[in-house]
Amino acid sequence: MSSNAAAIQAYQVPGRTLVETLHEWLITVDHKRIGILYIVYALTCLAVAGVEALVIRVQLMVPHNNFVSPQVFNRMFTMHGTTMIFFVAIPVLFGFANYLIPLMIGARDMAFPRLNAFSFWLTAFGGLLLYFSFLGGNGLYGAGTAPDVGWWAYAPLTSRAFSPGHSSDYWTIALLISGFGSIGGGINIIATILSMRCPGMTLGRMPLFAWMNLVMAALVLMAIAPLSAAQIMLTIDRYLGGHFFDTQAGGSATLWMHFFWIFGHPEVYVLILPCFAFISEIVPVFSRKPIFGYPVMVGATVSIGFLSMSVWAHHMFTIGMSSYANSFFTITTLAVGIPTGIKIFNWLGTIWGGDIQFKTPMLFAIGFLFQFLLAGLTGIMLGSAAFNWQLSGSYFVVAHFHYVIVGGIIFALFGAFYYWYPKMTGRMLNERLGKWHFWLFVVGFHLTFDLMHIPGILGMPRRIYTYEPGRGWDTLNYLISIGAFIQAIAVLIFVANLIISYFKGREAGNDPWDAWTLEWTVSSPPPAYNFAKVPVVASRRPLWDLKHPEDSDSQYE
Amino acid sequence: MPETNHTHGYFAEATRFVVLIAALAGVCGAESMTFGPITSVFDPHSPNADSVVHLSHLVLAITGFVFAVVSGLLLYALIAFRGRKASAGREPAPVYGSTQIEMAWTIIPTLLVLVMVVATARVIHAIEDAPKPDNAVEVIAIGHQFWWEFRYPQLGIVTANELHMPVSDPARPRPTFLKLTSADTDHSFWIPQLGGKTDLIPNRVNTMWFGPKETGVYLGQCAQYCGTQHAKMLLRVSVDSSDDFAAWARSQQQPAAHDEAVAAGRRIFETTACVNCHTVAGTNANGRFGPDLTHLMSRATLAAGAAPNTDEKLRLWIQTPDAIKPGSLMPAMQLNESDTDALVRYLETLK
Repeated sequence: MSSNAAAIQAYQVPGRTLVETLHEWLITVDHKRIGILYIVYALTCLAVAGVEALVIRVQLMVPHNNFVSPQVFNRMFTMHGTTMIFFVAIPVLFGFANYLIPLMIGARDMAFPRLNAFSFWLTAFGGLLLYFSFLGGNGLYGAGTAPDVGWWAYAPLTSRAFSPGHSSDYWTIALLISGFGSIGGGINIIATILSMRCPGMTLGRMPLFAWMNLVMAALVLMAIAPLSAAQIMLTIDRYLGGHFFDTQAGGSATLWMHFFWIFGHPEVYVLILPCFAFISEIVPVFSRKPIFGYPVMVGATVSIGFLSMSVWAHHMFTIGMSSYANSFFTITTLAVGIPTGIKIFNWLGTIWGGDIQFKTPMLFAIGFLFQFLLAGLTGIMLGSAAFNWQLSGSYFVVAHFHYVIVGGIIFALFGAFYYWYPKMTGRMLNERLGKWHFWLFVVGFHLTFDLMHIPGILGMPRRIYTYEPGRGWDTLNYLISIGAFIQAIAVLIFVANLIISYFKGREAGNDPWDAWTLEWTVSSPPPAYNFAKVPVVASRRPLWDLKHPEDSDSQYE
Repeated sequence: MPETNHTHGYFAEATRFVVLIAALAGVCGAESMTFGPITSVFDPHSPNADSVVHLSHLVLAITGFVFAVVSGLLLYALIAFRGRKASAGREPAPVYGSTQIEMAWTIIPTLLVLVMVVATARVIHAIEDAPKPDNAVEVIAIGHQFWWEFRYPQLGIVTANELHMPVSDPARPRPTFLKLTSADTDHSFWIPQLGGKTDLIPNRVNTMWFGPKETGVYLGQCAQYCGTQHAKMLLRVSVDSSDDFAAWARSQQQPAAHDEAVAAGRRIFETTACVNCHTVAGTNANGRFGPDLTHLMSRATLAAGAAPNTDEKLRLWIQTPDAIKPGSLMPAMQLNESDTDALVRYLETLK
């Protein structure tokens, strides 16, 4: 393919013009470049959605604040949630999967390079369309602005009676388009992992990273489809006289909830499984031990995949389901805790007896372990339907899922950045800035999200633009907002580290962490097509075997 | 109703500090107001809320135990197995797994989950499937953007935003059963001290019940995002003694007060758009889009709790509703000063 030839050239010919370079990035079908496109795109969206979070936090800092109007506030939380889930979390995780899976399984690219590029650009344009709503949409109020129906956009608030104009349509179509991008990415990941592994790499020898991304990709296919269907149905309702969700004409509001959450809950696992994947690579390397209980980890991952398809209605415990339905979804929800717990125990087992190196990637992984444990336990509280009636819809839930997404996903992701940035750029991230980033982020995170549970318990519902003083919420909200700013400073340090280290970082070499998977056998950054000679593996830790031929894993597995 | 005097000084102090910092940060318009009550879900005043709190104790104990054990082990491992310079160059012994240990940490969590599932299912059944006794007070609650309509079919009462229910003596319970639905978007009814929330969903009828054990005013608010003014869709539940409730019901059953002294205001009310949305029983005002005003003055607040029901706020609400609740569906009435005065005087006779 000619474009692939261009990609090879890109790695070899120095001194191209800026336009030529941009053009190459635009037309690339190279998995590593697409991976980096995903990651840079997601970081840009992270900055935007982060600013939206800060607007929310400034508004809630004190009661009766008038920093923004209710209309603006409602747009901010809608855009913050939608952006973070669809245009930060999914793209960044797809970016790492794209970059690393072929390298880890000894392949030269993804199975479908052009589908890969197409999927990225769908996602990218979906996000642009969402933000174009600030100019082109109009909502409950005023002209030309962003959707304000919340990121799950419950019916019938999205019907034309309650959401006139086009702001909701931007939300609908943007998610439909980026959803197709995600489906394309999911198909590609599955096909790559199933059919592109190098000789000797059986499914049982594949890095856990690949296993977890495989289950993630399968969940993408199962979860995004109902979301896309629902978006189409909503558009039919709004423009073609349909009545799926139109309660004024006999439609069902709860139908939308079912469609949305049968996407929405597996989506949580779509986001957390790649983070489990990061942790499953980082924890062994920095504990200097192989992963504890590999087959059990695989089994737990697959069972999380299945179980996660059966828990969606725990988002709907307050909609008046029967006592049987509420009990059923309590059972399935708490059951997911078992394989998830097994994972935490196995990481603990990996650390146990190790020789722990507290490098920045490991610090973030340790943060992940503590925080994900707590997030899981508040999840158990929310999964108990009767307890959920008190907690759901309150700031307790907001605290819980930010514990999952920030305390879990973002921490694992930062760990992944510190771990694989040397591979992607050839230079190490600065450790000192990394430690500043870590500790500031830990302080900010806990200040914000530990405290955030309490106003929920004291009756503060989510998505309110202001509140009355004296309910016990004021001081807490003030401190929560301060924590948000500390997190923002930490992220700025991280971005500075990314930029400074790109130019001035220490040379990484092929294998800076003394690691064991195939991506560390090639140069940093890896050459076009990754492997001059396709590797052959005999165990789960091919580099260990190479470095310790006298004591190779292949003798034991 | 627990008061929070001990926290006032602390909050006042904190608020001053907050306002100062907020001013520095360029935040404008922070207002100081009076302090309200703390409404904790762990301060239950109704049997259904009690059983949730009992359940929560079990769940908190189990999750707390798991947290203590796992985080303790993790912390121990991080300290005990921290990298030592001495071991540099030597790798620790690889351990690939252990079937016994894997079994243990599968079976123990499974048992804990089973305990929590059984306990939860019992509470779900006890609350959701509780039979309605014959003496129960029935209320139909209808959610609107952004206020609450309450109808008492047995008593022939229609009111808004402030729900009255009789106290329910545990020896001789007299619970209040709510049927919940919505006229527009989804809402959720939540009084933390009286129990969990239940959504009000259009084209669907949900039920919930309370058996409040002590008299008092209990606060809550809409807990499902319902549009622009979701934040100011506040709820007040007044739990009255049996006698007070009966007296309240009798007064609500009266037709609207008719006072010739305010005939001018009444004429303004009945000849402007007010009547399209509001009902005043016994007059030609029979709109249902907005709250019933027959006994407006019996309520402590205006605009679903967004403002106290005072002369000044009532005027403001009629003239510029956006000053109190921007984005609410109450239109500015565009009346001149004297008409507004007359209208307010009329509304203030609706006791």
